[in-house]
Amino acid sequence: MSNLKETILNPILKSNPITVLVLGICSSLAVTVQLKGACVMAISVIIVTGLSSFVASILRNTIPNRVRIIVQLVVVALMVILVDQILKAYMYTVEKQLSVYIGLIITNCIVMGRIEAFALGNKPIPSLLDGLANGVGYGLILVIVAFFRELIGSGTLFGFRVLPEGYVLNNLVILPPFALILLGCIIWAHRSFDKDLQEK
Amino acid sequence: MEYVSLFVKSIFIDNMIFSYFLGMCSYLAVSKNVKTANGLGLAVIFVLTFTLPINYLLNKYVLTPGALSWLGPQFADVDLSFLALIIFIAVVAAFTQLVEMIVEKFMPNLYSSLGIFLPLIAVNCAILGGSLFMQQRDFINVGESVVYALGSGIGWYLAIVCLAAIREKMAYSNVPKPLKGIGVTFITVGLMGMAFMIFMGIQL
Repeated sequence: MSNLKETILNPILKSNPITVLVLGICSSLAVTVQLKGACVMAISVIIVTGLSSFVASILRNTIPNRVRIIVQLVVVALMVILVDQILKAYMYTVEKQLSVYIGLIITNCIVMGRIEAFALGNKPIPSLLDGLANGVGYGLILVIVAFFRELIGSGTLFGFRVLPEGYVLNNLVILPPFALILLGCIIWAHRSFDKDLQEK
Repeated sequence: MEYVSLFVKSIFIDNMIFSYFLGMCSYLAVSKNVKTANGLGLAVIFVLTFTLPINYLLNKYVLTPGALSWLGPQFADVDLSFLALIIFIAVVAAFTQLVEMIVEKFMPNLYSSLGIFLPLIAVNCAILGGSLFMQQRDFINVGESVVYALGSGIGWYLAIVCLAAIREKMAYSNVPKPLKGIGVTFITVGLMGMAFMIFMGIQL
């Protein structure tokens, strides 16, 4: 039972996919200008990582080793298309704003990384949990970055004004490079607390 | 003239790394020294320049609404655009597998130095991202898509070689312990991105 608990808790803190393993930066930073977009993206990624780990784990004994990357990509692509179509139907404006980055969940290294590292060697239920937990770890960082960027950059949260009228908007925070610097600082903070993670 | 403008724009202004964060994973992982960065950069240029036009043709003649009308009038209102993601990624993955086999056979040195990263090009966001941006931009012919692919590839290559060169030097500097390694790399990339922003708004 403790093993299962570790499967769920580890990806959120000890081996967080973004700050520790440095996977899936690609599609994550561009969607963090606004908190709303970041939340939608986080939920989409959680669903995709969970379901595709689950399916890949069911298929794990039937996939030939040589072509496994293509098979995995097809599984992931199916899940992403599913999420994309649902978003198109119910949240069209958010989907337009996230543009290509929903499609890019396919090539998000977290999804592939978890399938390669965990789902191919484990039973479907632990794989599902592992996928979900990694998605949550990813989403957490996404939401933290988006929180600071929207608060400092536009003075709003979820589109509602939080900072007073006289606040001068900081346009630098909205530009792409600042997301990287902010993420660097989050990694810095995380590693100051957890000394085991520091690189020699 | 338009080609030149598109080319320069895709290298500097719409740089894959600094303005869209595409291909970040392998960008951060493989930029520890210039030599491997060089190899991966060239592989990305190569794969991108071939897959993007293939995907362009597929998109134009198979996937967009009404694209199948060349088969006959009864296909005129078929809309396959929801299949775009799966087709694009299949093309990219198949092409990468092909390149991997060719490199393994004819250039074993390069193969062993690229190692695991060659198959990982299949999941490099820059490649799929290029195809998805192509879909949004409505290029008028194949030539434009080739120029765009080449430009984006070169932009990515430049970015990774620059970062690798900086990181080689940074190994000698005294970075605070928790920031060492990946943390300081993020901040460096952020600063490089700011430097690249001077190209914004340039019209050719």
